[in-house]
Amino acid sequence: MTSIILRTATRYMFPPLLVFSVYVLLRGHHYPGGGFVGGLFAGSAFALYALAFSAADARKLLRFDTRDITAFGLAVALISGIPPLFCGNAFLTGTWWKMPLLTGGVLDIGTPLVFDIGVYLVVLGVLLTLVFTLGEEE
Amino acid sequence: MVALLTICFVAALIAPLMHWALPKYAGVALVGAPLAMLAWLLKQLPEVMHGHPIEQTFQWVEGLGLELAFRLDGLSLLFALIISGIGALIILYTQGYFKGHPQQGRFLMYIIAFMASMLGVVLADNLLLVFIFWELTSFTSYLLIGFNHESEDARAAALQAMLVTVLGGLFLLAGLILMADATGTWRVSEILQRGAELRAHEHYLPILILVCIGAFTKSAQFPFHFWLPNAMQAPTPASAYLHSSTMVKAGVYLLARLHPALGGTEEWTVILTTIGAATFLVGAIMALGQHVLKRLLAYTTVSALGAMVMLLGVGTEESIKAMAAFVLAHAFYKATLFLVAGGITHETGGETSIDKLGGLRKAMPFSFVCAMLAAVSMGGIFPSFGFVAKETWIHALEHHPLLVLATVLGGAAYVLVGFSTGWKPFMGKMPAGLHAHEVPLSMRIGPLVLGLGCFVLAFTCGPIGAALVEPAASAIAADHLHVHLHLWGGFNKVLAISLVTVLIGVGFCFARPFFLGVAGRLGGLARFGPDATYQLLLSSVLKFASWQTRALQTGILRDYIRITVLATVALVGASFIRAGGFQRWENLSPVSVRVALISVLMVLAAFATVHSKSRLRSILSLGVVGYSMAILFTFFGAPDLAMTQLVIETLTVILLALAFYHLPTFSHGSAVRTRAIDAAIAIGAGVAITLLVLAALHVQTPTPVSDYYLDHSYKAAHGRNVVNVILVDFRALDTLGEITVLTIAALGAFALLKLRPKKEEAPK
Repeated sequence: MTSIILRTATRYMFPPLLVFSVYVLLRGHHYPGGGFVGGLFAGSAFALYALAFSAADARKLLRFDTRDITAFGLAVALISGIPPLFCGNAFLTGTWWKMPLLTGGVLDIGTPLVFDIGVYLVVLGVLLTLVFTLGEEE
Repeated sequence: MVALLTICFVAALIAPLMHWALPKYAGVALVGAPLAMLAWLLKQLPEVMHGHPIEQTFQWVEGLGLELAFRLDGLSLLFALIISGIGALIILYTQGYFKGHPQQGRFLMYIIAFMASMLGVVLADNLLLVFIFWELTSFTSYLLIGFNHESEDARAAALQAMLVTVLGGLFLLAGLILMADATGTWRVSEILQRGAELRAHEHYLPILILVCIGAFTKSAQFPFHFWLPNAMQAPTPASAYLHSSTMVKAGVYLLARLHPALGGTEEWTVILTTIGAATFLVGAIMALGQHVLKRLLAYTTVSALGAMVMLLGVGTEESIKAMAAFVLAHAFYKATLFLVAGGITHETGGETSIDKLGGLRKAMPFSFVCAMLAAVSMGGIFPSFGFVAKETWIHALEHHPLLVLATVLGGAAYVLVGFSTGWKPFMGKMPAGLHAHEVPLSMRIGPLVLGLGCFVLAFTCGPIGAALVEPAASAIAADHLHVHLHLWGGFNKVLAISLVTVLIGVGFCFARPFFLGVAGRLGGLARFGPDATYQLLLSSVLKFASWQTRALQTGILRDYIRITVLATVALVGASFIRAGGFQRWENLSPVSVRVALISVLMVLAAFATVHSKSRLRSILSLGVVGYSMAILFTFFGAPDLAMTQLVIETLTVILLALAFYHLPTFSHGSAVRTRAIDAAIAIGAGVAITLLVLAALHVQTPTPVSDYYLDHSYKAAHGRNVVNVILVDFRALDTLGEITVLTIAALGAFALLKLRPKKEEAPK
């Protein structure tokens, strides 16, 4: 596909889509969103890019191999389950810390967030593995 | 005890590293582990002799009754001494046997791991722990038999030994669970004290049979004996250690251990005596027709194991003493003969048939002496420990004339095998073309110590009887027995029987050509034997597996979808109907106009999908169905689902479009019949799921689980979005499983798409 409209639109759409995907990931704990949807958004951003230009271009933009991202995400999710073991809790029990902010507030930060980031990466990796592989089949 | 056991396991782990760092001394250094164990055991000897077992317990998995409980009593001590003592000699022997072999480190690792597991079996005082170590010995045995993994025979033999012993292990597990259920404890020592209760329990017979199957497969009892001769594919040190002196005795050990709990009944006597005697004779007779060194020894090992089970089955004080003495005697002479056999094969460039060996006494005088010592003991000839053991054995069976007759025949076969392996290869003329030289030092120590031991034990049999045999026999009988072994019991009936046995044995030696001839003629009968039955079973299982794989995995996408949908509908439907089926139409909210409109749109889009003549149009109408679903989600307050559904739908359309891009256009639609079947399946699935969802509205649980989630989501998990909190916190393990599946699916798709044969190299 070499539609100039699509290409131009993609150039403008791509960065906000990625930022939005991270936003969806982070807000997921309190509002609709989360790692799964976030990963899907990020994946669709790259899928759009692959459609407008080519799978090879999208790969170049991504820099990392999609399978590496998948494996890394899975590892992150797995590792996020380990800290509770040191507190005598079961594997994957949510463990939380209070992080003081420069602005004076306190941010609750916990392993579920790390887990969600893992999910995000796995979904992104899996999706793009499929899209790129199918898209490159000539 | 636990520390020493741990050291043995650690020694196994570091063995390959040791071999890498110090290839010449790894074996020598690693002998430290069994020697430490041996020293500790000897130090405990006085305590245990006086009937004070050593105990050590750590909690492991409380909820399962699994604890690291260890207990050293007379019976454990006898076996542990044999295991660590012979283990040390074997490890040393390995150093010479595998000299320069690149895989020596691997072998050391396996054999030390085996030794540690076997020590675990005899020291463990918890049924589950016994089972864990028991399985570990099966597993290490598998690795050792299959050590020469490039040989197909070795792999097949390893698999056979593994399948037979592990199958038996499952029966054993069932028996142990029933036993724990009947007595309410997993602790072996407690169960032993509650024997009367167990024997009166309604599950006594099933327990006995299950435990016996486990023990019989492990200890190569008829008709499961066939795996042991085949296991001779293992390197000789492993055969000498696992398949003669230790692992195969695990079954005997277990029966002896459980004798106070299960023994003494008529069932026990009948099962053990019959199977034991049958094994004893079958092994002895099969040995007569063999000419391969290690197989000769293997069949007599089968036979000896049968004898131990038979003596246990008889169950009198005398027979228990005889069994304990025979375990000791057998370990010494059989390991010696195996080690010498390994030496002969090693130093003659791989010759294994005794009929092709001869005149080695000049080239291997040292091995000759050791082999002779062991052969005399195996034949039960004065003044060896084998003789002492056989005297007590015959004495114990005085009131069982049939068993004495069996003993005489079996004992005679032992004489033949002893001399075929310990005498024949060394005497006569050396065949032309055979070159041999003496084994290196490291391979001499084992045979020498064990061979001399056959006689040292005999001359010290009084104290040995009191120190080793008496505590072991007392533990088996759960009663204090007095053991007085003596080398010379005077001229009496027992001596006469013993003498007759040896004379018949000598006669057997002269009749060997006849036995070989008979064995040759009867060779055809093997296809009715248990080994053939095993092969038949194994190949039937494989055939069934490939048949059902072909039947289910047709490679046609439509079949996969049909099977998946039909299975779902059938399973869900069946439990739905069993639960009372669909009952009420209540509690349904009124249908608003917008929901009705969307629903109509969905139905129309679904029809369009099915009826479209172009793939692209199908995909797009399918997308309409999905988007409508997302809109429905927003109507009913599920923004998370709606958002996900929207993105998923978009991506599905893209993926399908990409995939279909490579496919040709529809050439023809499916046949009407196929379409009708598919339509029926689809409608069935739709109806089933709809009914299920409607019924789910009426399911009432006392406290809905959603209340818990709503309640704890913010308080415990710091999140207001319950859906997401469930995904990443409450049910995070499920999510972890799901993303793992997702990853595997992606890798599978990747492999299917990328690893196809290229057009040029397409299969012909």
